[in-house]
Amino acid sequence: MARLIRTEKEVEGRFEEVWIVVEEDPLEQWPEGPLEVVGKPAPRKDGHERVRGEARYTADLKLPGMLHAAVLRSPHAHAKVKRIDLAPALALPGVRAAIGPGEAHGLEEEAGFSGAAVAAVAADTFGQARAAVEAIEIEWEELEVVLDPDEAVKRELLTAEPRAYERGDVEKAFAQADVVVEATYRTQTVLHNSMETHQAVCEWQGDTLHVYISTQFIWGIRQAVADTLGLPEDKVRVVCEYMGGGFGSKNGPDEYTYVAAELAKRTGRPVRCALTRREEHTSAGNRNSTIQRLRAGAKSDGTIVAFDGEFTNSVGWSGWNASTEGPMKMLYDCENVRTVTYGAQLNTPPMKAFRAPGFVEGTFGLECLVDELAARLDIDPLELRRRNYAGSNDGTPFSSKNLEDCYRRAEPHWERRHDVRASSDAVWKRGVGMASQIWYGGGGPPSYAWVRLGSDGRATVITAMQDIGTGTRTAMAQIAAEELGIQLEHVDVVLGDSARGPYASISAGSSTLPSMGPAVRAAAADAREQVEDIAEQRGMPKDTPLQEIVAVLEESQILGKGARGPNPTGMSVLTFGVHVVEVAVDVETGEVVVERVAAIHDVGRIVNPLGASSQVEGGIIQGVGHTFSEERLLDPETGRVLTTSLDTYRMPTIADVPEIICEFVDRPDEHLTNLGSKGLGEPPIVPVAAAIGNAIRDATGADVRELPISREEMLRALREAEERKQAREKAKRGAPAAV
Amino acid sequence: MSELRLNVNGGEHVLEAPVGTSLAHVLREQLGLTGTKVACNEGHCGACTVQIDGVPRLSCITLAHTVEGEVTTIEGLREHPLVDAFVRADAVQCGYCTPGQVVSAAALVAANPHPTREEIRHAMAGNICRCGTYPKIEEAILSWQG
Repeated sequence: MARLIRTEKEVEGRFEEVWIVVEEDPLEQWPEGPLEVVGKPAPRKDGHERVRGEARYTADLKLPGMLHAAVLRSPHAHAKVKRIDLAPALALPGVRAAIGPGEAHGLEEEAGFSGAAVAAVAADTFGQARAAVEAIEIEWEELEVVLDPDEAVKRELLTAEPRAYERGDVEKAFAQADVVVEATYRTQTVLHNSMETHQAVCEWQGDTLHVYISTQFIWGIRQAVADTLGLPEDKVRVVCEYMGGGFGSKNGPDEYTYVAAELAKRTGRPVRCALTRREEHTSAGNRNSTIQRLRAGAKSDGTIVAFDGEFTNSVGWSGWNASTEGPMKMLYDCENVRTVTYGAQLNTPPMKAFRAPGFVEGTFGLECLVDELAARLDIDPLELRRRNYAGSNDGTPFSSKNLEDCYRRAEPHWERRHDVRASSDAVWKRGVGMASQIWYGGGGPPSYAWVRLGSDGRATVITAMQDIGTGTRTAMAQIAAEELGIQLEHVDVVLGDSARGPYASISAGSSTLPSMGPAVRAAAADAREQVEDIAEQRGMPKDTPLQEIVAVLEESQILGKGARGPNPTGMSVLTFGVHVVEVAVDVETGEVVVERVAAIHDVGRIVNPLGASSQVEGGIIQGVGHTFSEERLLDPETGRVLTTSLDTYRMPTIADVPEIICEFVDRPDEHLTNLGSKGLGEPPIVPVAAAIGNAIRDATGADVRELPISREEMLRALREAEERKQAREKAKRGAPAAV
Repeated sequence: MSELRLNVNGGEHVLEAPVGTSLAHVLREQLGLTGTKVACNEGHCGACTVQIDGVPRLSCITLAHTVEGEVTTIEGLREHPLVDAFVRADAVQCGYCTPGQVVSAAALVAANPHPTREEIRHAMAGNICRCGTYPKIEEAILSWQG
């Protein structure tokens, strides 16, 4: 029965109270461990389409009469349009329409960052549209530019009220601590750089707007576009059958969608608006930079008694204040914690969610700080983590937590550190470091699926979900095949079109599998129960193969429907893990090579171990880029992006990949849905930078405090460590009486 | 507009295109061969890789009118054993870079049927995969003959 509940909904670590109609979830979980289909490795259902270049992405779509849009963007980090004249653009060959500030959502008179959209042109070809954009006459009034986050905080230029949190008595706890460590960590701005750039093709048919878009959230696009354009939601159809990566940057519609919709309306023709790679670097979102001023206090036995953190997120012109403080609040059992998080509003491109936003940055700070504490206490870092193991989330029980199992499985990798260190020579120093992972990933309602079963015994799962490359089609097919008791090859999955299936949740926040998986299982179970009824009426035993039971149906079909049930009330649903990393540091040049990463994750039941290992590897590799080579640079005077191409913004290549070992606890969360699965998209990137930083300390004694760990940062940390060592030796020599 | 003769996947095409048009544009927009993807359009990422006379080339920075050899795109390699090897190894996530990866890999194994890991890394370093399928790509190429 459907039930209306008031519940807390979490996406990317952001919570809101919402009313949701949920259906009860009467199915019992399957037993732990690999089943017939679920839990066994499965190659992708759509693997051949993608590999053979047959999959049709938004970028490949070519509608009859389609025009191409180009967008005029502000060269200034902060300026106001004084005068704009579109007429010269309209006079050029091939140009069909031009729009200026206020004429489409996202085209604005005040540009708050270099790259902000101001005007747009539609023409027969993209080249003509670009030429026309260049011809637009525009005069700017330049305004004050603020680029420094500390200055913004001082002047209270914030995107939201500072977020303050406190439990216990932090000052008192520090006063009683035996050891206090204090450090400032900085992380850089990084870019998502999905291979398919942000883009949409819009077409009006009657009063219905068809939006073909590269997105992580079909239904979110439908709702946002309908709201913004004042349309009933059913008059917006959103299609995304294949999409070329998002990593959090494609959760909503942006100016390109509204530009395409408006120009399509004005011209009566379909319009494509696609960002170029360079626009992708200036205007498509980023993981914002952070400054983290942290303190930790502990008793000499290793009990952490206090954490204190002041976090500044360089949010940019707009965006939200991610939970950089989250790991400090949640990872350890610490009675006294105080955090404050500022979201600096700057004249820089807006942040967007990027694979565990806030927690990637916050884990770098926290987990490096904990290892600095371990070094001061002379306690083994793994042991220190175990001594401060959190049994609850500040009093709220976990729906499941197997981090201790992860630590136990990490032991053989951790034990290697003695041999790894011993393999150092005069130039290359080797060491091993670890970091823990905590993040959300429980998903939630609503999400719906249908299962259609024909007399041939083949099933089709139908839901208007998107598969952003994580293997959604495959996992959903596995779940349906398992529940129906048929072969994986006999299940198809149809998704990607709001007009061809029920509501599906966002593919962000590691929520696709935990949100949709249980709905698919419920729909398959509904179909299975109908099949069992038919078997009974035919006098067939219960274990008769499904194909035999449905064989008499001819044109009749069995339609099963399923909905995602509620999350457990009064519980924290979180994912956990640990990484153990081996590095080699060239102490003369500052070069660092990551040689081995062992990743152990606790994300409930694993549906597809093959796809899961791909997620882990991909997260680690993105983390390696985040740690060493990726940085969006701005001109400190003008605020313009300097790294606008892929030769200046350096992402990992196949030559940068360390050996990766991937393990899963693979134990269903007994309180979470009929599936017991959590999400895995984000967890593997979370601890990467911290584990590398800690391995560098193990190898060299140097404390890296900044991402990316450039040669300069590495050499600075090595110099600092050397000075510290010399000062210690001098003190020892000069003060023999000291204890 | 200027006449353009192209041999693509064994077929002859006589086309009209402005001088300065990229090969990627002609393949995708005029011949409808959208398996060749464009991701950066300035020769940095490898998504648009095709073979010209068996050698991997970046079609987004290759002028169509300068092409004299035989062009092979992913559409001409759909039956290559590497396709199954990529699927088997899960060397595909979002799949946007994957056709370019296969085209590069096919050129590699044609020249060197048993490449080492080092040789694979060397030959494939020009094809960026943001999803990070690299370890699986390595496995796929190592096991491409099944």
